[in-house]
Amino acid sequence: MAKYLMLKYYRGGRPAVNSVPMHQLTPEEWSAHVLYMQDMAARLIASGELVSSEGLSMEGSWVRFDGEGRPPVVDGPFAETKDLIAGWMLVEVHSYERALDLASELSAAPWASGSPLGEWLELREVMSAPPVDLG
Amino acid sequence: MTLLDATALRAVIPEVVGILVRRGADFASAEDAVQCAVLRALDPSRRETVLDIRAWLVTVAWRAFLDQVRSDAARTAREKQLARVPEPGPVPRRDDTLALYFLCAHPLLTSTSAITLTLRAVAGLTTRQIAEAFLVPEATMAQRISRSKQRLVGIPLDEPGDLSRVLRVLYLLFNEGYSGQIDLVAEAIRLTQQLAELTDEPEVHGLLALMILHHARGPARVIDGLLVPLAQQDRSLWDRDAITEGVDILQGALARDRLGQYQAQAAIAALHADAPTVAETDWQQIVEWYDELLAIGDSPIVRLGRALAIGEADGPRAGLVALATVDSRVPRYYAALAYLHEGVGDLDAAATEYEEAARRATTTLEQQHLLRQAYRISRGRGIDRAGQGLWN
Repeated sequence: MAKYLMLKYYRGGRPAVNSVPMHQLTPEEWSAHVLYMQDMAARLIASGELVSSEGLSMEGSWVRFDGEGRPPVVDGPFAETKDLIAGWMLVEVHSYERALDLASELSAAPWASGSPLGEWLELREVMSAPPVDLG
Repeated sequence: MTLLDATALRAVIPEVVGILVRRGADFASAEDAVQCAVLRALDPSRRETVLDIRAWLVTVAWRAFLDQVRSDAARTAREKQLARVPEPGPVPRRDDTLALYFLCAHPLLTSTSAITLTLRAVAGLTTRQIAEAFLVPEATMAQRISRSKQRLVGIPLDEPGDLSRVLRVLYLLFNEGYSGQIDLVAEAIRLTQQLAELTDEPEVHGLLALMILHHARGPARVIDGLLVPLAQQDRSLWDRDAITEGVDILQGALARDRLGQYQAQAAIAALHADAPTVAETDWQQIVEWYDELLAIGDSPIVRLGRALAIGEADGPRAGLVALATVDSRVPRYYAALAYLHEGVGDLDAAATEYEEAARRATTTLEQQHLLRQAYRISRGRGIDRAGQGLWN
């Protein structure tokens, strides 16, 4: 079993097949999109494969340490102009092929006119704790 | 009177599940009922004291099972269940525990399911504890467990089992090694110890020795968050008592003269553990044990270990020749190649291969270690660039 992170992008990723911008979706189209993902998450809980599934707000801040006893430096809030991660689904599955299938399924969430979004998802394997060095 | 505590409870759980199954419960319901009783026992607001933990658990779990059956809508099914209850009498305890190991390692289960179910039904961990150990939500783990149990519906507890599958499950569990509230390495050792008390099979003792010997070197393996390779480990940190125990168990197993892969691996671990320094290691004998392992079953991982041992016994050039027969897709192939190339003085190749090995590493500890090796070699050659992209 390995854990895989499927990253969704608001923008900055590669263009989706169904390229209608988000703000042009009707409420029904948006609702169908969200329900599809919720339904997928529910099925992945039932199959024992879901680790987490979350969406991220579009606005964020940059924060960093600024020395002992000093308040953190905060830049923002602002909407990032380049890569903007929209959310993720973290799954634990038996094979890379299964992870590919799930990413493909997630990418097929309905979008404008109810046709699949066909967005590019970034698929990354999670590193694990060290295995015991047998032998 | 004894206070119900987790350790004492867990020791009797597999037995109690077995008793419920013998009384007519199916495995899935019996396991659920025992979990239910255990959760009640561990409820801090109750703090129950009992005369006999096993008897208490049987009684409470059996009541939980009956409640479950009674609440079942299928009245006829329930009556059939109850009709199968045998007369009370002595229960063969050891056989039932062993049978439970076999059931949890049943060929119908994937290795992950088998590990999970063993942790629940044999080790007696709660779903929440198992979920924490594998870093997944409790709901997800609960579904995995219930699906696994579903697969075993209709499989009798008495079905003859395959001990090698049980050993593989315990071996994989030992390798999980996630750090969490539950120490899976300690669980694997405890479960193998319990299994070793139930059977004389030398491979069980071989696996137990292997685990104990590896665990004994644990404190020296990671220092300040950095992986320390065997050659550089501070051997005074190795647990000498555990090493003595592991070697004793191994010798007992080897004396039975039925060699298997776990005994051979344990023998290699014992040779490392016995050596006062890396230079004083009996590499020739380690190579011979790798030959035994190859004879038991050819695998690229064994060939990789053998090539490294040959590299120490006969020099890195001989190691490279041996490594040439190994599939490059095997984990740590590039790390081994880099190490041997460094040994023969081909530093350009070694630096590149360490970087390649780091790219393929599946753990952050190994990745950092390999990047440091690449960096160390490149810096030594005045090329201050290796691994920069990954460092920053």
